[in-house]
Order: sequence, then structure tokens, then C-alpha cells
Amino acid sequence: MKRMNGYLKAGLVLTGLLAAVIVLGYFWTPYDPTAMAVGPKLDAPSLAHLMGTDNFGRDIFSRVLKGAGTTFAIAVSTVAIGAVCGTAVGAVTGYFGGAADEILMRLNDALTAFPSILLALVIISILGPGKKYNVVLALGLVFIPSFARVTRTAFAALRDVNYVKSVRLMGASRARILVVHILPNTMSVLLPALTIGFNNAVLAEASMSYLGIGATPPDASLGYMLSEAQGMFTMAPWYALGTGLMIVLLVFGVGLIGEGLQRRGNEVA
Amino acid sequence: MKYAAKRIAMLLLTMVIVSFLAFAAFSLISGNTAEILLGTQATPERVAALERELGLDRPLLARYAGWLLGFFTGDLGTSFSYKQPVWELIAPKAAVTLCLSALSFLLIVAVSIPLGVRSARQAGGRLDGVWTALDQLCMAVPPFFTGILLSWLFSTVLRWFVHGNFPDLRADFPGALKYLFFAAVSLAIPRAAMTVRMLRSTILREMRKDYVRTAISRGNDRGGVLYRHVLKNALVPVVTFLAQTMAEIVAGGIVVEQVFAIPGLGRMLVASISNRDYPVVQAIVVILAFWVVLAGTAADLINQRIDPRLRLGGGS
Repeated sequence: MKRMNGYLKAGLVLTGLLAAVIVLGYFWTPYDPTAMAVGPKLDAPSLAHLMGTDNFGRDIFSRVLKGAGTTFAIAVSTVAIGAVCGTAVGAVTGYFGGAADEILMRLNDALTAFPSILLALVIISILGPGKKYNVVLALGLVFIPSFARVTRTAFAALRDVNYVKSVRLMGASRARILVVHILPNTMSVLLPALTIGFNNAVLAEASMSYLGIGATPPDASLGYMLSEAQGMFTMAPWYALGTGLMIVLLVFGVGLIGEGLQRRGNEVA
Repeated sequence: MKYAAKRIAMLLLTMVIVSFLAFAAFSLISGNTAEILLGTQATPERVAALERELGLDRPLLARYAGWLLGFFTGDLGTSFSYKQPVWELIAPKAAVTLCLSALSFLLIVAVSIPLGVRSARQAGGRLDGVWTALDQLCMAVPPFFTGILLSWLFSTVLRWFVHGNFPDLRADFPGALKYLFFAAVSLAIPRAAMTVRMLRSTILREMRKDYVRTAISRGNDRGGVLYRHVLKNALVPVVTFLAQTMAEIVAGGIVVEQVFAIPGLGRMLVASISNRDYPVVQAIVVILAFWVVLAGTAADLINQRIDPRLRLGGGS
């Protein structure tokens, strides 16, 4: 019944390749990404320098690998925070309902009034700008409401389904009902939400470091590199193109997975 | 009418919560406002004197009430770094951001609705997969990347506008719009792609319903049914989605303004965060959040006009 469709396959292949390259970048890059003058300055892409070099003679491909690693790590950890906390909130409010549900959902409504980047900027400016862990924390907090909303609906819908009633009569504990019996059945909405969340996290992280508020050197991320690259676009367009392409492919791959998952979900339903 | 009144009451409540959250958050960090202002000259006595002068020694709720009142009477306090009233500083920038958002929104609606309908009509066709993939690709392009490419192409190469030289909105409105157009395009691309996808799935879901089968079995052609019956029913979720799009445009604008060096609220916000100019940050955050809440309420009210069923159920 779990059929693979074209989108899912293409997305998994693309994302798998990128992830492999990014993981490789944690251990090995063709050149030292911060070393200057490893090649001629502003050199066009060649076999020695796959994406050319910048105005300091740094190898751009190595920098993109390193930057993608930073962006990837931040995105994964923010989605993890958002998904775990959001699912917990959604599960409890959706299953139990009542006053806590009312209050949390009103708070949720108020928080969604702040567009994600805006909210992240507010949290960053409270925590203090320019630190990597603050970006993770800020974005993680920002993603909690959307996960809470999605899972709350799913948990509320399954609350009074017969099989849940039956395990409740058999005396299963609340925690067991939530985690063992309901959670696996929310995967059809949770998994696409994870892919969307990941993409939002990549784009939000890149936006913030582009603005100079997210990760800053030595932890250069793709967004920060794009802002660097913008200044030298006429001299070295390959810098911006290489960096931008990495973001686009990363988001595109995961987007295809999300599309595939959603289509599969629709077929099953 | 009862529905509208209820919705507006909810709007006001949300606005109060939203602005209080922002106010409380910034009070928390700018607790040492007086120290920041005095800088190296801060002595305990001077800090206490200035706090009294600024009214910072009053309780949080009293300060919030004063600030909210000021918000609607145009008194938002004084900027730390510019030493100017925040309202004067922000108003011209808000106009620029409003133009950018409106332009981008119009582009999204104009492009995505015909494309979304087309995409739904050709669902299951030969090139459907290619179009869907292309749509996903457009969603993956961050606005600041498109922005860098567009500003290079149209400013450096074609010289249609001068990057960094934004024409005064009142003196040269067409020139300003031309400048904003490219920023609006880069902002619109991913959101338009999302709207196309959303419209497509809404129409397809609607097409599977009984009334469509009945209409077709009575001899109507699919296209006619689509335009006459399905679109009207598909409109409600689309209007809601477009309101969210409005919010995303506002957020995306923060970054795109930076790319194109547009003197709008977003640029001001980023600069003020770096300068720790909290009165300005707070004012901009609340204005943008109000804007988003208003868009959501407008969408609900429009939907309630489109679909009479919503007037009874209160939106279930």
C-alpha cells in the first residue's frame, strides 16, 4: 500500500545526494573554506575550483559546502524543536480539550499574527543578535505554533475513534494512548508538515543570516554568503549563483518529497 | 451583521494580545533603557532621574496602556538613535512598504489565479508532472536570490533603475513604482507558485463532489461547470490563503527591501535591531502584526459575504 510515486523518488534522490555532499563537507572540503589565496582571485569556475573563487581567492565550492552544512544543521535542529514541542502541545490540547486548549489556541492565534521571520527577528533581538544558538532557539520557537495546530486537529479527530475508545476501556494509560496508539496515525499529516517546516527553516535561516542577524562568521551560512556575493556580482557572478543554487536545490528536493508524501496520503485516504 | 460584530470584537482582542506580547517582550529587554541612553555617563542617580522622566518607573500595565493610547494618537515615543519622534520616522517608510506589498499582492493574484485554474483543468494530463515540478521549483527560489539576479539584470546591465537611488514616493510615484516592481516580482514568485498549488488542489477536491457530477450528467461541459459553479465554491479557502499570503509578503519584504536597498519598514527594522533602538523596533513589529491581523479579518468578512453558510455556523 505504501507506493512510491515519481515526486517522492525524485525528491529522495535529490535530497539524498545533497545530504551526502553536505555530510561529506563536515569532514572534508576540496580546500580550506576560510583560507585565502588558495587560487587566483575572482577566478571563473574550472576543474580546480568547481564554483570559482572570490575576491580573496577563497574556493567557493568549499565555502558553499561549509555554509550548506551550517544552514542544514540549523534547519534540522529548529524543525526538531518545533516538531517535538509543537506535537506535544497539539497532542495534549487536541486530546484533552478544555480550558487549556482554549487558552493555548488563542495564544497560538496571536503568535501566528507575527509572520515567521518577524517573530524570529523579535526573539533574536531579545536574545541578542549574531549568535548561532539564538537563531536555532528563535526559529525553533517560531515553528512550534504551526506544528501544534496541525497535530491538534489530527489528535482531536482521532480522540473518539472506536479503536481509541477500545484501548481506553482496556485501561491503557493516557500517555500510552497518545504516543503508541494515536501518534503513528497522525504521520500522514505530520510528515508533510515536517518537509514544509524544514523548507521554511532553511529559507528563514538564510534570510536572517542574509540580513546579518543570523549565523555570522566564522559560522558563515548560505544566506550570509549570498549577501557577500551580492557585492561582487558583476565581478564574480558564480559566487551568488553557486550559493543560491544550493539553497534552491535543497528546498526543491525536500519540497518534492513533501509533494510526494501528500499525494500518497491522498491516495490512501 | 452579528457575525461581523463578533469577528471585529475578536480582531480587537487579538490586536490587544499581540501588542501586549510585543510590548512586554521589549520591556523585558529594554529594562535598562535609561542605561543604554546614558551610555558611559550612567550613574545610579542619573539613571533613576531619567527613568522617572521617561515614565519607566511606572508599572508595566500602566506603561502599556499609555503606549497603546499613543499608538492611535500618533505618539510612539522617541527613537534612541535618531532622537526623532518614532512616528515621523516611520510614516514615510510605511508608505513605501505598503506600495511594495500591494504591488506584489496584485502580481500574485493576477498570475496565480489563471495558472491555478489551468493547472486544475489539466490535472492528470501528459505534462502535469512537469508543471507540478516547475511549480515546486518556483517555490524553492528564495526572494532574496531572485532579487540579487533581478537587480543585477535590470539595474547593472539594462539600467532600468539605479540600485540604491530610490525615487521619492510623492515626487516621482511612477519612478518609485518602477523601482518597486522588480522587488515585487521576486517577492511574488514563490508565493504565486504556492497559490497555484493551493488553488489547484481546492478545485480538484471540489470537482469530485456530487453537485459537479450532477451538473455534468445533465449535459454541461466540464469547463462551464468549472467556471460557473466550482470556482465560486473554491473561492473561500483561496481568500483565506491569500490573507496568509499577505502576511508572508510583509515578512518577505523585510529581506527584499534589504536586497534592493528600498527605504521601507523592513530595512528600518533590521537597522533598529542592530542599533538596539527598541522604541522603533517595537512600533514596526506591532504595525506589521496589526497589518497581518487586519488582513485575516478582512478575509473572514469577505468569505462571509461570499458564502452565506458561514454566517450561520460562525466559521466551522
